[in-house]
Amino acid sequence: MTPVSLPGAAGILPTRRRLDRDDLLMRAGICLLIGWLLLTLILPLWWLLSKSFQNQNGEFIGLANYLRYFSTPALFASVWNSLFIATLTTAIVLPLAFVYAYALQRSCMRFKGLFQALALIPILAPSLLPAISLIYLFGNQGFLKAWMFGVSVYGPFGIVMSQVFYCFPHALMILLAALSMADSRLYEAADALGASKTRVFLTVTLPGAKYGLISAGFVIFTLVITDFGIAKVIGGRFNVLATDIFKQVIGQQNFEMGAVVGFVLLIPAVVAFAADRIFQQRQVALLSARAVPLVPKPAARRDWALFAFCSVVGGMIAVVLAMAAWASLVTRWPYNLTLTLNNYAFGEFDSDGWAAYWHSVQLAVWTAVIGTVIVFAGAYLLEKTRAFAAGRVVAQFMAMLPMAVPGLVLGLAYIFFFNAKGNPFGFLYGTMGILVINSLTHFYTVSHLTATTALKQLDHEFEAVSASLKVSLLRTMTRVTLPVCLPAVLDISIYLFVNAMTTVSAVIFLYSTDTKLAAIAIVNMDEAGFTAPAAAMAMTIVATSASVKIAHVLLTRRLERTTQGWRRR
Amino acid sequence: MALAPYLSVERLRKQFGHFAALKDVSLDVFPGEFVCFLGPSGCGKTTLLRAIAGLDIQTSGRIIQGGRDISNLPASQRDFGIVFQSYALFPNLSVTANVGYGLASRRLPKVEIETRVAELLSLVGLPDSGPKYPAQLSGGQQQRVALARALALSPGLLLLDEPLSALDARVRSYLRTEIRRLHQRLGVTTIMVTHDQEEALTMADRIVVMNEGVIEQIGTPLEVYRQPASAFVADFVGTTNFLPAVVLDTGSVRFGKLDLACGLNLSPGPGHPVTLAIRPEDVVVRNVLPGAANSVEVQVSDIEFLGSFCRVGLALGDDTPPLVADFSINVVRDLEIRQGQTLLISLPPDRIRVFPGAPQLP
Repeated sequence: MTPVSLPGAAGILPTRRRLDRDDLLMRAGICLLIGWLLLTLILPLWWLLSKSFQNQNGEFIGLANYLRYFSTPALFASVWNSLFIATLTTAIVLPLAFVYAYALQRSCMRFKGLFQALALIPILAPSLLPAISLIYLFGNQGFLKAWMFGVSVYGPFGIVMSQVFYCFPHALMILLAALSMADSRLYEAADALGASKTRVFLTVTLPGAKYGLISAGFVIFTLVITDFGIAKVIGGRFNVLATDIFKQVIGQQNFEMGAVVGFVLLIPAVVAFAADRIFQQRQVALLSARAVPLVPKPAARRDWALFAFCSVVGGMIAVVLAMAAWASLVTRWPYNLTLTLNNYAFGEFDSDGWAAYWHSVQLAVWTAVIGTVIVFAGAYLLEKTRAFAAGRVVAQFMAMLPMAVPGLVLGLAYIFFFNAKGNPFGFLYGTMGILVINSLTHFYTVSHLTATTALKQLDHEFEAVSASLKVSLLRTMTRVTLPVCLPAVLDISIYLFVNAMTTVSAVIFLYSTDTKLAAIAIVNMDEAGFTAPAAAMAMTIVATSASVKIAHVLLTRRLERTTQGWRRR
Repeated sequence: MALAPYLSVERLRKQFGHFAALKDVSLDVFPGEFVCFLGPSGCGKTTLLRAIAGLDIQTSGRIIQGGRDISNLPASQRDFGIVFQSYALFPNLSVTANVGYGLASRRLPKVEIETRVAELLSLVGLPDSGPKYPAQLSGGQQQRVALARALALSPGLLLLDEPLSALDARVRSYLRTEIRRLHQRLGVTTIMVTHDQEEALTMADRIVVMNEGVIEQIGTPLEVYRQPASAFVADFVGTTNFLPAVVLDTGSVRFGKLDLACGLNLSPGPGHPVTLAIRPEDVVVRNVLPGAANSVEVQVSDIEFLGSFCRVGLALGDDTPPLVADFSINVVRDLEIRQGQTLLISLPPDRIRVFPGAPQLP
């Protein structure tokens, strides 16, 4: 300690705060987090990038691979195909999801709960499911084939229809949130000024949901560009970027060209992500603390029109789901329609049989458990560490990055990184461990944002109070922060579980014969012509995700009654 | 005061990029004192409090508490209890658990903790609220729980960061006396940050008036009100008329066509512009004889009824803005003051404060 009487010395030397145990712990934690993300995200991507500048013998050849890529029309055409599919899907989903969300949040239509649940079910399914379902509906032996007027469903048409189904719930969730809150005073003011209904919609409702719409648009675009399963199953000869990577790597074993396509695929994803971030930063809170929440009033004509709309959209979702369910139960489509469970005897169609399913469950559980711990701890460290700005900024950037990295690209990067000579973590390759790490990293950002939002809602002075009471941060985290954030923690674990259960693109390059996953079994069985068992496996995944989701809802309710009693007044 | 200060702040500086939130701030707080940091938002008062607590460390400067140099210690190694405007009560813990939060991690016997918590809760007047959760209490009750929690470890220094700002007027004035009573009973050295001059005037032993990162004045409430050290203090604490004038000689100034005597020796030489400050309640209207010192004839331009008194606008007859005076209801009734009426008033020389420079227009 500096002596108390050191005349004249004070005020000239800058004060450096001594660090207490908490500070050291938190900083060590942030460094660990940076190390983790470096290992699971940055280094693999770096390896991927350097691979794209090498030839097959690992020699540096500059931009040669890229030149070859852009001068090969067969490859380059995929860029346009991908952009076309993504743009068209966005243009279709956005208005549909907006009206649907509007009906759920701003009308007095009946059966809102049912419509909402129905529309969100596709989130629980792998993207392969709508593709399989559409094949049954409109494919070569589809019973609605006549409706297609000779257009083949295998190709852009089928891809877009499947993507619409697959992306709809993702867009809907964002728009539901965007439309959930509104200040009724704005609507009263507009009414008092004699604005027409249309004008109120255009000047109050739409601007209020603007950022939600932008965000939803980017999310759809990115989902479509990076999705692999749909194009694989229903794409036919229509090539897109995601299938190109697969063909280069698995089909032609041309890893270097695969890396190039991976980087090309990364560009639109990163651009969409960056653009969305820029727009979101412009958003200012439209709702002040004094806002009076809008409660929709009944309006018969509007409500019935929206009801009709939701019935059509919801009906189509139900048809796609029901088709897959039915197809999985039919003996031999379309010749023998008697119901059977034979398609669920996966061992008959795929060497791994039910083992693939159990691998998926294992992966989902591990990802949920380990992921929730890492994500919450990471978000806590970033939110609560004092000073140490440099470390926090770096870690924050790294935590946001996975959102912009398509699963296929990450998977490919893992191949390069974990197979690299001398990598001490090489032993992970081909194990369940690498699948868990890959899924966790792939879905890191959304979980991280959920945790951060929950933490931000807490009083910022809890830590200051704890320090004044000489209580360690760790104790305050376990006694206060974690219990208060429990609902968000459950949300994160369920998000990780469902995504790990359904993902194809993140793991397609990484599974081994010992760790084949259910979603991959779908791709394999579909490829081998066993479409009905593929549908059956897809339904098994849906059933699992749905059960877990229902358990989650029940558990959350129970928790609210027992441990969250303090929330009630 | 012969006592050694309990807390000494020496040349404290806090820099946020190019913005200096605190510019070489120094002050002493004596044992058992109740000190208020008063100032408009952004004046640096909260920054100063948080530096004293170690929550946001200063850029340079020294802080000595109880003879110990705490300048670079983290908050966890300092000795203080703190209450925030948001209360920051742990929502998932009962009132008892909140108050006993610091005690519980000291591994004290359970009975001892329970006794201490009960003692603290009755101290703040909430003996029966122990099993409740914060959300079940009113704002004022929550703030008292926060106070009990801050006092639990018997800290040497109690820091209050705008503790009453989130409460409505009635609860505020009740808690004002409560906190004051508590302070007198416990004798704990207390620093409160507030932007509310009334709060500072009624509660503090001494007020530290701050503006733009510097201390404008340190003094008792009476000193700060009666003898503001700067035009800023005169303006921020209470209401003041600011009149532009020019120094005539050491004891008088010229304001418009008027020569006014001032009680004090004027430091700027003759011819220099100065600002006169006089509080509305210091304007005398009873028993002013024609020709008395600083007397002037004015016309009542408007009357604003404010309950126990009236705020009266007095036109001086030239293009200077009207003088504002507060007359008690008694005076208004006795003199039958009405709009348009001509009055003879006087501005007592010992009530006029003179500050160098022309008035800054708000």
